[in-house]
Amino acid sequence: MPNLRHALGGASLAVIVGLAPAAAMVGWSADAAAATLHRGNAAEPQTLDPARATGVPESNIMRDLYETLVYHTVDGGIMPGAAESWTISDDGLTYTFTMRPDAVWSNGDPVTAHDFVFSYQRLVAPQTASRFAWLLNAVVNGEEIQAGDVPAEELAVVALDDHTLQITLDNPTPFFIELLKHGSLSPVHRPSVEAHGERFTRPGNLVSNGPFVLTEWLPQSHVRIERSETFHAADEVALDAVYYYPTPDLAAELSRFRAGELDMTYNAPADQMPWLRENMPDELRNPPWFGTYYITVNTQLEALSDPRLRRALALAIDRNAIVTHITQSGELPAYSWVPPGANDGSIDYDMQTVDFVDMPMEDRVAEAQAIMAELGYSEDNPLELEYVFNTSDLHRNIAIALASMWQPLGVEVELRNLEWQVYLDTTARAEHEVARAGWVGVTYGDASYFLEKFHPDAGEANSARYDNAEFGRLLNQARVTADPQARTDMMEQAEAIMMQDLPIIPIYHYATRRMVGTHVEGVVDNVRNVHASRFISIAE
Amino acid sequence: MLSYAVRRLAWLIPTLLIVIGISFFMMRLAPGSPFATEENMPEIIRQNLEAAYHLNEPLWVQFLIYLGNLAQGDFGPSFQYTDYTVTELIWLGFPASLQVGGLAIGIAALIGIAVGMHAALNQNSWSDHLVMAVTMTGIAVPNFVLAPLAILIIGVYWGLLPAGGWGGGAWTHKVLPIATLAMTQIAYIARLTRGSVIETLRSNYIRTARAKGLPARLVMVRHTLRGALLPVISYLGPAIAGIITGTVVIEEIFGIPGIGRYFVQGALNRDYTLVMGVVIFYAVIIMALNLLVDVLYAVLDPKVRLS
Repeated sequence: MPNLRHALGGASLAVIVGLAPAAAMVGWSADAAAATLHRGNAAEPQTLDPARATGVPESNIMRDLYETLVYHTVDGGIMPGAAESWTISDDGLTYTFTMRPDAVWSNGDPVTAHDFVFSYQRLVAPQTASRFAWLLNAVVNGEEIQAGDVPAEELAVVALDDHTLQITLDNPTPFFIELLKHGSLSPVHRPSVEAHGERFTRPGNLVSNGPFVLTEWLPQSHVRIERSETFHAADEVALDAVYYYPTPDLAAELSRFRAGELDMTYNAPADQMPWLRENMPDELRNPPWFGTYYITVNTQLEALSDPRLRRALALAIDRNAIVTHITQSGELPAYSWVPPGANDGSIDYDMQTVDFVDMPMEDRVAEAQAIMAELGYSEDNPLELEYVFNTSDLHRNIAIALASMWQPLGVEVELRNLEWQVYLDTTARAEHEVARAGWVGVTYGDASYFLEKFHPDAGEANSARYDNAEFGRLLNQARVTADPQARTDMMEQAEAIMMQDLPIIPIYHYATRRMVGTHVEGVVDNVRNVHASRFISIAE
Repeated sequence: MLSYAVRRLAWLIPTLLIVIGISFFMMRLAPGSPFATEENMPEIIRQNLEAAYHLNEPLWVQFLIYLGNLAQGDFGPSFQYTDYTVTELIWLGFPASLQVGGLAIGIAALIGIAVGMHAALNQNSWSDHLVMAVTMTGIAVPNFVLAPLAILIIGVYWGLLPAGGWGGGAWTHKVLPIATLAMTQIAYIARLTRGSVIETLRSNYIRTARAKGLPARLVMVRHTLRGALLPVISYLGPAIAGIITGTVVIEEIFGIPGIGRYFVQGALNRDYTLVMGVVIFYAVIIMALNLLVDVLYAVLDPKVRLS
């Protein structure tokens, strides 16, 4: 009967050989000689359709494929993109963009104002069901179109002629220009979207206007893009091709980097940071990131509705201990909700901290204990608190540390570990007592992206159910204020109130971890963690 | 035997319907949604999304819509990977899983059976003890330990093979994942074969065969191996189904574009259509392989009659 084994083995081999050409069809170019960048990109892009994309991996690739009206500078700032210039009316409501006369799509068609009209209408049309349609809520009729009350053609984004685009807003939105960098606002090529429908983002079908064009896409393997010869600044683009790889396993991503297969990674394993600092200091990049790790406190619950209690909890947290001993990845202790680096496109926002930033730890714990004693809690009569977090060793370790920091106050913490989706559901419905959470300004850099999350009318996003009328009033006023400085002042006042009420307790501001080969030039660290390939080059 | 096979195939459809029904409703009963993120989602957008995917219909209507599409061979679009249909994702990913998994289990079967037989025939010798010790280690060390170690030593320190990625399917990219996957399987199969061969050697019909004066080789090949392979074959059926549909750990660590990750990621992301697609795909493969195992049983074991 040994034949049987061979027969079995032979059969499976035959099937394998039969299927091999299917893999080959999708293509693979080795690109040994040309200037090629191999980038780790965290996850498989869920889509390359700007209207459907939601995540950072997609944004990274779309930034290379498409050119938005306004583009990202090498350090995450603002520069002219498909529009070479723009003017803003005095009331801050009308934006007029002058399109680049020499811009063309990758198939040679000119890029006109009409392309942006089509793309923006497509984004807000209800049948597109874009999760980022709300980016155009500030535009006249933007919200009404999503609700199906007004046809998409009524969007106040109008082509005055081929090279002039006019956008009219309901309210002055000083960060509107900053917003226009967002990948969801990338233009799509109307004829190819209409010709290919759902399949317009496939290699061979996709016509784009950015510095690179899509040449290969094998899901879960790689996306390959090549320099676009039709791009208006093609002569400034150094790379011939870029490969994006999904790299969900951080240790594996690091191994591929160390083996020379990746030129830059998306991430680096937090538990190897001490080793990396020691052994690969030239490759390790560890700048601050525009986000905050925090505890959201359910202010609807009677025990937690008292700001004094929340202050006691916030006082007793030794943030330095958490970032030095647990996270170890260059995070900054956080004493404000808005992280450093917020900017509306012209004015820097001054983050407003809690008042105990400089107080020594012993004094803080003493004050916290005094508050708790005043409220009637002690180690004999403890406050029982359930702490919710989603499954992760990091979150668990932080929870354990918090529990031990709160114990001397007379707080008994019970940990509750939830699967990610259940966690999202629980915090959105505010069925938690206290829960860990994180918020990163990947969408835009204005402070309102953080503050509006806890607006009294923010609904489920306001997981703390924070309801301070003055805070809401200041934000409402900021929404309609055209003067950037006055608006920024209002937002700063609002945050100052929030940092007294402490509906959320900030713990640390994030940092990014990334490996960049010493032969890679033009990767400039920035809080927005944005690295467009068009500025990157490979040293000889 | 043909009528048996036909009858078994006919059972495929009701079984599949039960599998589809259970997994459909279980997925929908789990908390969360395919659209859940930390990002704030305005109510209007949620409604538009739900309408686009028919999630606003009653559950039984959604089930009927799904069955209707399925009957036309349409698994629907993936919720997560919106540019691809579930059918495309499976057909783009399955060749990679099949190549890596198929070769791994093929190699594991050959080596495992050979090593197991050797150990059984030399029971309690030093080589038997060695095989048992090594295979015990092989079973005890999980893939997620073995794979990064292999990558670190062979890929990073020695630079002999790529540390990861698919490389367009180049064979160098497949060696490490296949070897890692095969290692555990070799260990299982070798131990199974050894135990089974030893047991068979003690059975009456082998004693009879020997008493008749049959040559040792003939006793071994025609009688012992035939009986001893039965447990191995019933192990291999589901094992092949499991391994050729991919392994999430191996695929994520080595960067293989297979479908194994869709079972896990799909469920975590509540990608209803993708999970349904891979579950149905897996169910069909495992049912086909179980049928094959039963047929092989009849061929190998004269005591088994298919009727």
